[in-house]
Amino acid sequence: MSTSKANVPQAFEINARTYLNDTQLRRNLGHATHTIRSKRIKVVEEMTDWEDLREAGRQIKQNVMADLDMYLLQLEESVVKAGGQVHWAQDAADANRIITSLVKQKGECEVVKVKSITTDEIGLNEALAKEGIHALETDLAELIVQMADDEPSHILVPAIHKNRSEIRDLFREKLGIDNLSDNPRELADAARRYLRQKFLRAKVGISGANFAVAETGTVVVVESEGNGRMCTTLPETLITVLGIEKIIPSWQDFEVFMQLLPRSSTAERMNPYNNFWTGTTDGDGPAEFHLVLLDNGRTDVLADEVGRDALHCIRCSACLNVCPVYERVGGHAYHSVYPGPIGAILTPQLRGPGDAAAASLPYASSLCGACYEVCPVKINIPEILVHLRNRGVRYKNQKGLLSWLKPEPLLMKMMVQVFKKRMLFEMAQKMARISQRLFIRRGAISKGPFPLSAWTETRDLKPVARQTFREWWKTRS
Amino acid sequence: MNVSLFIACFNDTLFPETGIATVSLLERLGHHVDFPVEQTCCGQIHYNTGYHEEVIPLVKKFVEVFSESEAVVAPSASCVAMIRDYYPKLAVLSGDPALMEQVDQLLPRIFELSQFLVNELGIEDVGAYYPHRVTFHPTCHSTRMLHIGDAPLRLLKHVRGIDLVPLPGADECCGFGGTFAIKNADTSMAMLTDKISSIKSTRAEVCVSADNSCLMHIGGALSRMRSGVKVVHLAEILAST
Repeated sequence: MSTSKANVPQAFEINARTYLNDTQLRRNLGHATHTIRSKRIKVVEEMTDWEDLREAGRQIKQNVMADLDMYLLQLEESVVKAGGQVHWAQDAADANRIITSLVKQKGECEVVKVKSITTDEIGLNEALAKEGIHALETDLAELIVQMADDEPSHILVPAIHKNRSEIRDLFREKLGIDNLSDNPRELADAARRYLRQKFLRAKVGISGANFAVAETGTVVVVESEGNGRMCTTLPETLITVLGIEKIIPSWQDFEVFMQLLPRSSTAERMNPYNNFWTGTTDGDGPAEFHLVLLDNGRTDVLADEVGRDALHCIRCSACLNVCPVYERVGGHAYHSVYPGPIGAILTPQLRGPGDAAAASLPYASSLCGACYEVCPVKINIPEILVHLRNRGVRYKNQKGLLSWLKPEPLLMKMMVQVFKKRMLFEMAQKMARISQRLFIRRGAISKGPFPLSAWTETRDLKPVARQTFREWWKTRS
Repeated sequence: MNVSLFIACFNDTLFPETGIATVSLLERLGHHVDFPVEQTCCGQIHYNTGYHEEVIPLVKKFVEVFSESEAVVAPSASCVAMIRDYYPKLAVLSGDPALMEQVDQLLPRIFELSQFLVNELGIEDVGAYYPHRVTFHPTCHSTRMLHIGDAPLRLLKHVRGIDLVPLPGADECCGFGGTFAIKNADTSMAMLTDKISSIKSTRAEVCVSADNSCLMHIGGALSRMRSGVKVVHLAEILAST
């Protein structure tokens, strides 16, 4: 598939066709998601209070969303008090302008980055590049994706779609190491040698964050590699981009999330590197700290009573790992930095109902409910998916009466009319039984008319019975 | 007990044998079954596709049809899940206090068949005989929405002559998902292919579940592949003697 084609946002079902045919991707993703799935079950089952923790996590987040305005001001005050500077960004352009000018003020043309999903959401790297600033990703998987000129395909494991031999080939080409094997340790060593010199040179670091504590102004990055620690401690200036939904009220709330997050995301009991910083400290870490508070559609999400729960997400990616759709098509088909079930409810809300490609995402689910079952903060993803489908239907309806003439709304409306009257339903059953004669072969419908053709292309369809149940019931009484 | 059967529109139209089996099973267990003929569809297809306001007349119709019933039993877990989880929301959406009240009164009286037998009647052995190799697919809505747990398996374990074999990856979705199977046909089929592989690996003759909607999907591929494996609703196995 050509890169240019991948960059044109299309409906999910169109993208999916391409990715479903990628044998290597199917194998890599199937293997990775099944491995992490079974590991997660093991570490979650050993927690006797897991359901209580989930409920606690949900309630903390619900409380934050109810009083977000207050917590944001409290956070600003705490950060400023601790020596940091706070910037408010209404959208991506705002945030990019703020960050670019901060980097330019320092006269730097290279920055190191970690925890990049929020900065990917706003397209920061591209904005910096326009100003001649190179942003180097330092999370190992993000680095791999960046080197390959690719896009992340998973929230936690951005290079999940690549296997180690593909990574070996990439490192051989980009780092110029000819005798590199696909041994994971050797690959990690090669990346470490490359990154270490970059860390030592960088004057500006840019990060995302997992949490920010309103009470103290402490910002938190949890990670597995230690590269995040390099990024947030070595440079003289640190700029953190924080989605406004990432606030938690107090330190005490960590107790809940530090149990929920590692078990749900990496299936670990404890997270390896937990980086906490509060403003600036003389002689220790960055001398300058900037916190960019990013809205970029989040207050619109907050305005939707059902959809707002999507903002509770702590980016663990457990929903991606259990999703039967994600497992088969991968993250790129979602055309968003937030793929999988959480992406299917977050992206269309962040982008608004007018974005046609994003509006196809709520339909990228069989509503199997596996995501809701594993979500550490109990986001009812299937319910929000169905809610957003309804939002889409209403949006199209508002655009004019003619939209009812499209096949789907027309069919749905007709079906309701038929189901409202028992006599009409019985007539429809009889009519279907007569008209299906054209399509029945060997007792099954193997070539149905549109839209059933999408089914019968690969599956037989059960025909209307010779005698429906209600007809049988009549003969009985 | 007086049991009102909610057959579900697609069972009525495509799988009458499931309804006939449900009637015969409940009568064999000593219950009186009635079939309120005015019933049609619970509205799940519309609701899950995003047509919510449109479903409200169907909710009204449903609660009226079954307002006098002592117990409503349906051989379809996903329809019962739809009614249990979403009817209260639709009643609120309608803004009609009478409908909210009617839905509230109906909910404690509506059951999926296996849930009704095991949890309400306390029966696990229904006296069935079914001498075949069978594998059970626990459908997503029956387990994750309706939480029927192992009720179908408890019933199946007591069936005489049955060779019940576990299905690998049983909790994974078959890819049906209503209009998902059409709107996202390719992804749906990718999911179904893996489900079919699991079923074939058990060497079962029959795949059973508590939902004909999923079985229609699974059966559609088994039939297209000329696999020789049949799909059969739980009610039909329990009714066999």
